[in-house]
Amino acid sequence: MSAEVVILGGGVGGTIVANLVAKQTQDRAHVTLVDATGIHVYQPGFLYVAVGLEQPAALNRPESRLLRDDVSLVIERAMRVDPAEHTVYLESGRRLRYDHLVLATGSRTMMGEVPGALDVYDFYTMSGAKRLFKALEGFQQGTIVIGVAGIPYKCPPAPVEFAFLLDDYLRARGIRNQTEIKLLSPLNRAFTIEATSKLVQPILAERGIELTGFFNVESVDPVAKTVTSLEGETMGYDLLILVPPHRGQEVIESSRLGDERGWVPVDKNTLKHTEFADIWAVGDTTNIPISKSGSVAHYEATVAAAEIAAEVKGEPAPAHVYDGKVMCFLETGQGKATTIRFDYDHPPVSPAPARRWHWAKALFNKTYWHTVPQGRLP
Amino acid sequence: MSAIQIDKTIDARGMACPGPLMTLIGAIRQGQVGQVFEVLSSDEGSKTDIPAWVAKAKHELVEVVPEGNYAHFVVRKAR
Repeated sequence: MSAEVVILGGGVGGTIVANLVAKQTQDRAHVTLVDATGIHVYQPGFLYVAVGLEQPAALNRPESRLLRDDVSLVIERAMRVDPAEHTVYLESGRRLRYDHLVLATGSRTMMGEVPGALDVYDFYTMSGAKRLFKALEGFQQGTIVIGVAGIPYKCPPAPVEFAFLLDDYLRARGIRNQTEIKLLSPLNRAFTIEATSKLVQPILAERGIELTGFFNVESVDPVAKTVTSLEGETMGYDLLILVPPHRGQEVIESSRLGDERGWVPVDKNTLKHTEFADIWAVGDTTNIPISKSGSVAHYEATVAAAEIAAEVKGEPAPAHVYDGKVMCFLETGQGKATTIRFDYDHPPVSPAPARRWHWAKALFNKTYWHTVPQGRLP
Repeated sequence: MSAIQIDKTIDARGMACPGPLMTLIGAIRQGQVGQVFEVLSSDEGSKTDIPAWVAKAKHELVEVVPEGNYAHFVVRKAR
C-alpha cells in the first residue's frame, strides 16, 4: 500500500514538495496537491506590473502544467485539517486522509487591519499592482509615500526595490522633478541588513529618494491625506503605497495549527510541526522569523520533500536539514541590482550593485517556470 | 537570567532578514500593553538597534543578557 502525501497550496513551496516527493518515492507514495484556484502565480513579478514593466498574464500558469503527471491535483479550497484524524476536509465535503501532510498555504494580505487604509495602494497582490499602475499613469505631480504597515511581510527588500523602480518610472515619464518619493523604513536604515543598507543608502540619496527611519505605519487619515506611525510621527502624502499586514491562511487558523497570526510553528531545521510528527510547513506558512520569500520556500521545500521521501521509504532521516539559506536579488534601479545571501551560520553578504545582477534577476524571472517548480535547481 | 515572566520568545539567531529588530517590532505590534518579549539575536547591530527603537517607540528595555555569540533582549510593551 502506498503512503498518502497531501500538500495544501500550489505556490512555489507546495509545488516543489509535490514534484520531489513523487519523484523520490515513485509508486511508494501517492501525492495529492490541493489548491483553491489551480493557478500558480509568480508573485515576485507584481513589483514590475506596478510600474508597467511586466504583463500580468505573464505571471500566471495553470498549476497542472507545473506538476508531474503522477501528482494528483485537486482544485478546491481546503477548509480544515483534523490532525488527530489525519484528515483534510475540503469545501465540497470531500475528505482526504493523509500519512504525511505539508502546509504550503502561504500568507494573505490584510490591508483592512490598518485604520483608514482601505483605499491606499499596494503591490502585494495582482489586483493591487494593476490598480497602482493605473494610478501612477494618471499621476502628474506631488508626493508619493512608500511605507510598511505590518511585520512580517513578504520579500523584505521589496519596498526599497519599488522606490528605485518608481524613480526610474517617473524619470522616464519626465515628471521626476515635479514629484517627491518618500520611503518610510521600519528600522533606522533603508534595509534590515546593515551591509546592504550601506550599499543602498547612497544610491537613494543620489536619486533624491527621501528616507525616514523608525516609521512603522499604524494608521492613515484618507481625508487629511496623512499617515501616522506607531512611533508617533505623521506625514502627508498625495499618493500612498503601503506594504499590507500579512497573516496565515484561514485553513491554518480554523484548524488551530498556527499561532495568533496563523503562522505554523515548526522546527527551524526539519520544518516539522512542533506538535504533530506527520505535518510539515514550508515557505511563508511557517513561524520561523526568516524572510517570507520564494527563495526560502524553495530551499525549505527540498528539505521537507527529502524528509518525507525518507519516511515513506523507511529510510533514516536525511542528514541535510534546512540551514537558513536565503538568496535574494535587490533592484537598485537604472538597470542595476545586488544580491543578498546568508544562512543561519553565515552573516549576509551583498556585492556592489551591477548590471549583471539585474540581468541575473531578469533571467531567473523568465526561466522560473521551467526550473524551480520542478525542483531542477538545488 | 532573572525571574522575569516572558510572554513570547523569538529566536532570530542567524536570521539576518527580516532580522531580530523587525521581528521584535512585528511581535510588539501584535502584543498587549504590559507583555514582555524576548528576542535572541546573534547580530552585532542589535546591540544598538534594539535599544534605539525601544527608546524611540517609548517601550521599556528590561534587560540585555549577553550569552556566548548571541544576546537576549527583553522588552516590555509600554503603551
